[in-house]
Amino acid sequence: MSWETVIGLEVHVQLATASKLFSGSSTAFGAEPNTQANIYDLALPGTLPVMNEEVLRMAVSFGLAVDAEIGKRSVFDRKNYFYPDLPKGYQISQLDHPTVGKGSLRIVMDDGSEKVIGITRAHIEEDAGKSLHEDFQGMSGIDLNRAGTPLLEIVSEPDLRNAKEAVAYLKKLHSIILYLGISDGNMSQGSMRCDANVSVRRKGATEFGTRTEIKNINSFRFVEKAINHEVQRQIDLIEDGGRVIQETRLYDSDRDETRSMRSKEVANDYRYFPEPDLLPVVIDDAYIDAVRATMPELPDARCSRFVKQYGLSEYDADVLTSSRAMADYFEQVAQLCGDAKLSANWVTVDLLGLLNKQDLDIQQSPVTPTQLGTLISRIKDNTISGKIAKTVFEALTEGETDVDQIIESRGLKQVTDTGAIEKLVDDVIAANPDQVAQYKGGKEAVFGYFVGQAMKISKGKANPAQLNELLRKKLSE
Amino acid sequence: MLSKTVAELSAALDRKDVSSVELTQAYLDRIEKLNPDLNAYITVCKEQALKQAADADKQRAAGNGTPFTGIPIAHKDIFCTRDVLTTCGSRMLHNFVSPYDASVVERLQQAGAVTLGKTNMDEFAMGSSNETSYYGPVRNPWDSSRVPGGSSGGSAAAVAADLCAIATGTDTGGSIRQPASFCGITGLKPTYGRVSRFGMIAFASSLDQAGPLSKSAEDAALMMNAIAGLDSRDSTSLDHPAEDFTAHLQQSLKGLRIGLPRDHFTADLNPAVQTILQDAIKVLESLGASVTEVDLPHNHLSVPAYYVVAPAEASANLSRYDGVRFGHRAENPANLEDLYKRSRSEGFGDEVKRRIMVGTYALSAGYYDAYYKKAQKIRRLIKQDFDEAFKSVDVILGPTSPHTAFKLGEKNADPVTMYLEDIYTIAVNLAGIPGMSLPAGMLQGLPIGMQLVGPAFSEARLLNVAHQFQLNTDWHQRRPEVK
Repeated sequence: MSWETVIGLEVHVQLATASKLFSGSSTAFGAEPNTQANIYDLALPGTLPVMNEEVLRMAVSFGLAVDAEIGKRSVFDRKNYFYPDLPKGYQISQLDHPTVGKGSLRIVMDDGSEKVIGITRAHIEEDAGKSLHEDFQGMSGIDLNRAGTPLLEIVSEPDLRNAKEAVAYLKKLHSIILYLGISDGNMSQGSMRCDANVSVRRKGATEFGTRTEIKNINSFRFVEKAINHEVQRQIDLIEDGGRVIQETRLYDSDRDETRSMRSKEVANDYRYFPEPDLLPVVIDDAYIDAVRATMPELPDARCSRFVKQYGLSEYDADVLTSSRAMADYFEQVAQLCGDAKLSANWVTVDLLGLLNKQDLDIQQSPVTPTQLGTLISRIKDNTISGKIAKTVFEALTEGETDVDQIIESRGLKQVTDTGAIEKLVDDVIAANPDQVAQYKGGKEAVFGYFVGQAMKISKGKANPAQLNELLRKKLSE
Repeated sequence: MLSKTVAELSAALDRKDVSSVELTQAYLDRIEKLNPDLNAYITVCKEQALKQAADADKQRAAGNGTPFTGIPIAHKDIFCTRDVLTTCGSRMLHNFVSPYDASVVERLQQAGAVTLGKTNMDEFAMGSSNETSYYGPVRNPWDSSRVPGGSSGGSAAAVAADLCAIATGTDTGGSIRQPASFCGITGLKPTYGRVSRFGMIAFASSLDQAGPLSKSAEDAALMMNAIAGLDSRDSTSLDHPAEDFTAHLQQSLKGLRIGLPRDHFTADLNPAVQTILQDAIKVLESLGASVTEVDLPHNHLSVPAYYVVAPAEASANLSRYDGVRFGHRAENPANLEDLYKRSRSEGFGDEVKRRIMVGTYALSAGYYDAYYKKAQKIRRLIKQDFDEAFKSVDVILGPTSPHTAFKLGEKNADPVTMYLEDIYTIAVNLAGIPGMSLPAGMLQGLPIGMQLVGPAFSEARLLNVAHQFQLNTDWHQRRPEVK
C-alpha cells in the first residue's frame, strides 16, 4: 500500500525591529532576564498598546515578496489564555483580517524540478516571554524580555508532499526573509520557529487524513527528521489498525522522536475578539507602493536576471541566489574577473564544496570574493591553469591571503613560452617511441598519455591549450 | 470656602484671600472628620498634597498659574498615581503602588492641581451603588443610609460633601452621570477617545471614558481644558483640534433644539421625576430653547447589549490579575493552577467574578455570534438612532436615573435590578457620544439629575446648556448637611 504525505508549515518569524510590537522596550537577544520589560510588557494595570509602525512595513514587504494580497484594513484580536509568560492573559494577534493574505512561493528541488507552494496568510502577533524551569527550586522563573517581540506567523497551504519539500520551502522563506532584512532568521536562537502539520493518506485519496502538529522544530535538519519520523509513525499506526489522533506533538531532537504534548480535543477555546485598545490598521496603495520601492531584488527576480545577464543555467542561478549573501558573493567575484560562468563554477563547486565540508555559512567563508575573483583572473590571463588554480585555492583555504604571492612563491606560473613547450613536446615524443608508433597506428587514446607525461614533467604548469596544439602538430608530422 | 467652585477658588487664590496650603489643609481636616463615616476616600495623600500646595502657591505668586494651580482635587482610585496606592476598589490591588501616573493625573498635575487622595469606587468600576468596593460602601452625603451611586461613588460623594473642589471619575455605562445625579452634582462623560485612557485601569476598553465630577458646569469645562486632547500613549485617543471648553459657556440658548426621547418619558419613570424634568425644560424654554420629541427605537436593547460587550472586554482585561507579577497572590500555591485559582478567587469580589464569567461565556466558541457579534450589531443600531435624532435636535434631554438614591443593600439581591439602574445612560457609552448629568431638582430631600446628550465632540455645547441652566437655577448650589 502506498501513502501520500500532506504537510503544511506554520513559521513564526521574529521581526528585526529595535523595539517591541506594542512597547518601546528593546528586542535585543541575550540581556539579563526582565531588563527589557517596561510597564506595558509587564501588563501593569492601565497600560495600553501602541503599534510599532516598522512592523507593518516589514509585514507588507514580506507580503509583496510572496506576491500576496495585502490587507488594506488589518484588525488585531485578543487571543485569550492563561500562562505565566503571557503577562496580559491574552496575546494580541490577527484572526480574520491579517496584514498579509493569500500568496505563494516557488521552490526548486535538488533534481531541478520546481513547485509553487501556496501561502494561506501571514499575520502579525506578539511573542510570549520565556518560562525558565531550571534554577528555581519548586518554582518557575519568568523572563519577559521576549514578551511582546513582533512575530510574523506565516501559514502555508497543505501543499507540501514530503519532508524535502518542507525543507526547501522553509529554506526559501528563510532566504526571502534575509533578502528583505526583516529578521535575522536564526533558528537556534528562536528568531525563526517552525511548526509542522502532518498527515498521511492513501495515494489517490481526496480527503486529508487526521493531522498532528509538531511543535518546536529549531533547525532545517530537524524539520526533515521530525516530519519523516512523524510520517512513519502515522503510517505504522494506521497499518497496525490504529487511528491518528489530532494532537500537538513535540519533536525531541536528542531521541529523534515526536511525543504527544496535548490533545487538540481538550485544547483551549481562545475566545478571540477584536482588540478594543487598537484601531484597525488602514493602508492605501500609496503606502504599499512606498514599501515596494524600498524592497531589494528578491531571489526569484535575481535568479532570472542571472540567467539572462550572465548566461547561467537555471540550476546554477537558483543555487547562487538561494541566499542574498551568496548572490552578493558571486556577483562580486564575477565583476572582478569578468567571467560569470567561470565564477559560477568556482562558487557552486569549489567554494560550496568547501563550505559544506567545513559546515560554514557563506559569510564565514575563508576565501573572500576578492581573492576568488583574483584567482579566476589569473586563469583568464593565462598566468595559471585551471588545474593549478585548485592548488592556489587550497592555499587560500589554509589561510594564505595573496593570490599572486602564492603563485609567485610556489612557482606555479604557467609556461606559455612556445619554445619551452615545443622542447617539452619534443622530449616526450623522443622518450616514448612505442606510444608514438601506437598513436600513428591509429590508437587515438594514447594522446592523453602524452599530455599526462608533458604535464608531469612541467609540474602542471604547461599551458594546456598550447600543449595540445603542439603535440597534435608534432605527432602528425 | 470649601463649598466653592474651582472658578471661585481660583479667583480667591489669585486675590490671596487664601493660600493653597491653607485650602488644602482645610480640606484635609474635613476629610479627617467626615471620611470615617462617608468612606469616600480609600487613600488620603496628606504630605504629598501639602507639598504640592506649597509649590502651587509659589507658582501662582510667580504668575505662572493655571485655573487649577493649587486647587485641591481627588482622583478616582481607577487612575494610576505614581508612588501612591492604586486599588481600583479591589482586594486584587490592595498592595499595588503604581510606578507611573495616568495621563489624566499627569495633565492635572501639570496644571498645578493638588491631589488630596484617591476615591472609593465599585470594584473595577463594576457597579451602580459603590457597594461592590472591597473597601466598603460609600455613604450618600444627603442621607447616609443611601448609596451615592456608582461606580464613581467616592468622587461624587467627595465633591458633594466638600471633601474636595472637584474630582475625576470614569464612565463605562453611567458611572459618572448616575452618581452625579444621586449626589446632586455635575458630571460629564466626554466623547469616547477625547480623554486619554492611558493609566486608567481598564474595565471595558471600548466604553471607558474619564471625565469630571464637579460643582458646576463651568468647573467641568475647566477640567476638560486640562485633561482632554490627543495622547500618543492611547491608540484610541482622538486627534481632535484642541478647544477651550469654557469659550461657549455664555452663549445664548436662543434657537437651541432639545429632543425628548419618547421612550424615556413613559409610565416607567417616577412621576415626580417627570415633573422635575418638565420644570427644568420650562426653564430652558424660557431661555429660548424649543422642544420636540425624538425616537431612539433601539434604546431598550442597550442594557442587554452592554451586558454582553462590557463583560466580554472585562473578561480579557482582568486576565492580567493572576498573582504572578503584582497585586494579590495566594499564599503557598501548590502549583500554577492553584496559584491562578486562589489568587483570583481571593482577589476578586462577587460582581467582578460574575462579569468575568458572563464575558467568558459570551466569547466562547459557539456563542460568539449569538452574543458578542449580535451585541455589536445592536451597538451600531443605537449609534444610528442617535445620528438620526441629531439631524433634527441639538441635544437630547432626559432623566439620568429612574429615581433618587436608593438605600444601601436595597438592590443587592438581584443583579439585573441593579443593571437596570443604567437604563438611561448606557446607550450613550455604546454610541461613544458625550453625556452629562446636572442637578435639576430635589425629591424628598434627595437630588435628581437630568441628562443632556449630544453628538460626538459636542461637549462645549452641552456645557453651554448646563451653564445657562445653572445661571438660572440654584439646584447645583444645594449642599447636603453632613454631620
